[in-house]
Amino acid sequence: MAEASYPQELLYHPEHDWARIEGEVATFGITWHAQDALGEVVFFEPPAIGAQLTQHDPYTEIESVKAVSDVIAPLSGEVIEVNDALGEAPEAINDDPYGAGWMVRVRLSDAAQTAALLTRDAYVALLS
Amino acid sequence: MSVETAMQRDAAVTIFEKGSPGRRAFEPPALDVPERPLDELIPARLRRREAARLPEISEPELVRHYVRLSRRNFDLDSGFYPLGSCTMKHNPRLHERVAALPGHARLHPLTDPARAQGALTLMWELERALAEIAGLPHVSLQPSAGSHGELAGVLLTRAYHADRGERRRTVLTPDTAHGTNPATVTMAGYEAVKVGTDARGGVDIDDLRAKADADVACLMLTNPNTLGLFDANIEEIARIVHGVGAIVYYDGANLNAVMGISRPGDMGFDVVHFNLHKSFTQPHGGGGPGAGPIAVSEQLEPYLPRPVIVRHGGADGNGSAVEFDFDYDRPRSIGRLRGFHGNFGCLVRSYAYIRSLGAAGLRDVSETAVLNANYLLARLRALGVCELLPPAYERLCMHEFVLSGAPMKQQLGIRTLDLAKRLLDFGYHPPTVYFPLLVDEALLIEPTETETRETLDAFAATLAEILREAREDPELARAAPYSTPVRRLDEAAAAKHPVLRQAL
Amino acid sequence: MSRYTAVTETDRRVMLDAIGVASVEELFADIPAALRLGRPLDLPDGLGEAEVYEQLRGLAARNSSAEDMLCFLGAGMYDSYVPAVVDMLLGRSEFLTPYTPYQPEISQGGLQVMFEYQTAICELTGMDVSNASVYEGPSALAAAGYLAKLTNGRPRFVVSRGVHPHARETLRTLSVGYGTAVEEVALLDGVTDAGAWAAAIDDSVSAVFVAQPNFLGAIEDLEPLIDAARSHGALVVCSADPLSLGIIEAPGVLGVDVCVGEGQTLGNRLDFGGPSFGFFAVREEHLRRMPGRIAGETRDLDGRRGFVLTLQTREQHIRRERATSNICTAQALNALAGVVYLAWLGRAGLVELAELLVRRAAYAREALVAIDGVAALHEQPVVREFAISLGLRDTSSVRRVIARCAAEHVQPGYALGLDYPEYRDGLLVAITEQRSRADIDRLADVLGRALAAERAAAASGGAPV
Repeated sequence: MAEASYPQELLYHPEHDWARIEGEVATFGITWHAQDALGEVVFFEPPAIGAQLTQHDPYTEIESVKAVSDVIAPLSGEVIEVNDALGEAPEAINDDPYGAGWMVRVRLSDAAQTAALLTRDAYVALLS
Repeated sequence: MSVETAMQRDAAVTIFEKGSPGRRAFEPPALDVPERPLDELIPARLRRREAARLPEISEPELVRHYVRLSRRNFDLDSGFYPLGSCTMKHNPRLHERVAALPGHARLHPLTDPARAQGALTLMWELERALAEIAGLPHVSLQPSAGSHGELAGVLLTRAYHADRGERRRTVLTPDTAHGTNPATVTMAGYEAVKVGTDARGGVDIDDLRAKADADVACLMLTNPNTLGLFDANIEEIARIVHGVGAIVYYDGANLNAVMGISRPGDMGFDVVHFNLHKSFTQPHGGGGPGAGPIAVSEQLEPYLPRPVIVRHGGADGNGSAVEFDFDYDRPRSIGRLRGFHGNFGCLVRSYAYIRSLGAAGLRDVSETAVLNANYLLARLRALGVCELLPPAYERLCMHEFVLSGAPMKQQLGIRTLDLAKRLLDFGYHPPTVYFPLLVDEALLIEPTETETRETLDAFAATLAEILREAREDPELARAAPYSTPVRRLDEAAAAKHPVLRQAL
Repeated sequence: MSRYTAVTETDRRVMLDAIGVASVEELFADIPAALRLGRPLDLPDGLGEAEVYEQLRGLAARNSSAEDMLCFLGAGMYDSYVPAVVDMLLGRSEFLTPYTPYQPEISQGGLQVMFEYQTAICELTGMDVSNASVYEGPSALAAAGYLAKLTNGRPRFVVSRGVHPHARETLRTLSVGYGTAVEEVALLDGVTDAGAWAAAIDDSVSAVFVAQPNFLGAIEDLEPLIDAARSHGALVVCSADPLSLGIIEAPGVLGVDVCVGEGQTLGNRLDFGGPSFGFFAVREEHLRRMPGRIAGETRDLDGRRGFVLTLQTREQHIRRERATSNICTAQALNALAGVVYLAWLGRAGLVELAELLVRRAAYAREALVAIDGVAALHEQPVVREFAISLGLRDTSSVRRVIARCAAEHVQPGYALGLDYPEYRDGLLVAITEQRSRADIDRLADVLGRALAAERAAAASGGAPV
């Protein structure tokens, strides 16, 4: 994705991860800023289904040619779905970080944790 | 720019894709012992069913393949190699000659020491020379590379603390440290803790004081550091670390700046590793071999890898004078880090180098290395290069300096990477890029002492030329190089879909 | 100014002027006075090239090498024939002097060599993927231990006493850092005691380590050893002699997880123990935890085939404290010698060489066992190295026999008792293609007389036999 973009409807973690909340379930991924800093993603291995994620803790790693980065969980919960397509085509994280580049889907354990996340505007302000 | 060079036209073909069934370069000796059936000697079920699919080629084809391949390499004998932190100094050919002497090259490591006194004498004298250069009395020549020496040093530190009944958990490394430092820390069972760098480019003393506690086993430092700067606070740093009972470790990667001028042992370091493939001109060989001997203080001597070399004036059981021997009776040693005695062939070369240079020559190396680096920096300033690639720290450098390509990126739209790739077209190996991590768009330049003023002038002029080009047409650097055997390679594809061997 | 530096008086003036200082001394202003050495290093004066050569020649002359002695020493490093093409290629500037290929566009020579080397090692070992080299054999085994630790984090290693003593010791040294306990399993009749091996393995074992052939030259029956480990989910690490893989089954075919070994015998000189190279090859599933550099194939922007260092995110310069290893500089030049040697031997040549060695080793073993008082230490099938017991009381006696042989310019082998108290009168004898039948006959003669002399000396009231 060539142009920086930060969808309004998402919540953001200061470590450059986003969360899309849909009731008790949330989808996670990394922001445009993160994928831009990383460069072309070459490897992403999702956690196992059933894994317990803890807010603010890394739950997996993402690799470009010249860098490795932790991926931080914006919220706590249990992994119920992972994006297996990223195994063959990790570059979707660069091309479409909020759509085809989604990483995991999680059943939230504590909806109140969203208080720790930033709105789109607050995140963009953080970046500048 | 679109004209293809002959070498570019010459497509890469591996040795496995050449040859033809039945061709051969090796002819085995005639069988001069009874031709017993193999089944009698090794049961069929233990034997290999399918032969390894090695090439089938004649000697001329073999030679031609590898000689042509060699021409697709840039090398130090052919051109300037200002790689920061690598100390790419000239490799004297005398060293190859002495290393090839049969008394060295054909000496089996398990030869009775009484019949390897030449080798042991050489190792002993090399140890004494390295001890003198480091300012620390006891040496092990066993480690095979810098990071191997680092591992020795940190394991030694662990043994030292264990002997005192202490269980320390962490090792401090500056954020400018070479990646081998934290990697070594983890392998040695410690947790790596980062210490910050201050505005002058040295260790942040306040941060160090805050983090130096009884949990710290060791601080690993390079001085001058990877920014090419001498940390004048080194005595205070050593005091702080010793004050909590921890060890101070010197990464010798930048020794080229201070030989004969200042010694790590005198700075307060307890253990030092040398990179013989840096300051002591063991040829890099495209990625090794190297050697990473260590020198340690008196209190760490018992923990040295075993065996150690000892000198005694006695005679062995057969009555011959044996001056030097290997001593395996080292109850507190950390043990072995590898087989046999180390990379002896590398030790021979470095020994010859030290015999060639002597005290005055080694000092001349460091003075000239520092002079060359400062001169090159001055030339870059004079040519206006530093307006787009300013030094990260505005102070005298030592044997290397780091520039930041951030203004160049912002104003010209080309990155340090593009500058490096364009340098390839001008017949230079680029400096180190994107290290240390602390500097944005880093370009780490170390000319070494074996370069002439003319070479430095030409290199500075070339950098200026590339920036001029980029002002006119930034795309030129972004799509560089053009004249190398291959152009920019798709590294992402190589990582995503690894092809790591020839399909057969 | 020396013969390697070139700053003339004129140069110095121009350079100091450009920098804006009055003297070179001023460039060292950051070094506190208290840290200045303030005296010349206490080293002998430098010498001209010819004089240095003379010094080194003098030192080399005080070593008894395989040039002067008939060498039957082995134990991991062998007096194999190094073809002249290896010397020639390793002496070329383009292979000898470049740095690690971090700028791939101008390093296609070195990168393709790595790719070819990796291919050759995979073929030899039967493994899926190889790295571009590690330092040497014993540290390669210890590095395999780190891979196992990163993979399953279990607290124990089980190691056969058939593994090279230096490798076992290196594994112990590094395991202190890994936090893993190392336990040894004894040999029985010259090979790993399969019963004791199976008994030692449970679900707390991270990896098992075995050598093929083992240190006593015996060919191990790997399958039951591998099964015992697999049944408890432990990784299997096999250290193999690369030349022996010309005739014995490849460890990869038998399903080991990691195959490592000492590469010196492939085109590298003895050099009193180094530099050589270690090879390190793994099953596909362990690729991301494999240490060291790896060359991979790719295309350039015009579609040309090329090679790059790849999967660098495993390595220290990127992954730092979480790297698969701290290794940086490896043994690229020695690996070049290795792949050139394997290509020189060729598909048929490797097999023919191995078969020659097997037959010569059999002949030698028979000839030595025929000597009065000498027995085979084990009767296992061997490839190119075997162990005999000399019928002496202790290892000092063996060393005296070795010294007697040395006086006749023969190095008969290695005194096993130095590392194996259980084989105190053992001798490990290695055969290479440079040891002809006549050489073996000479060994038998010299050793026979040396033994007889030792027994006579003992009988006449000297040291007991």
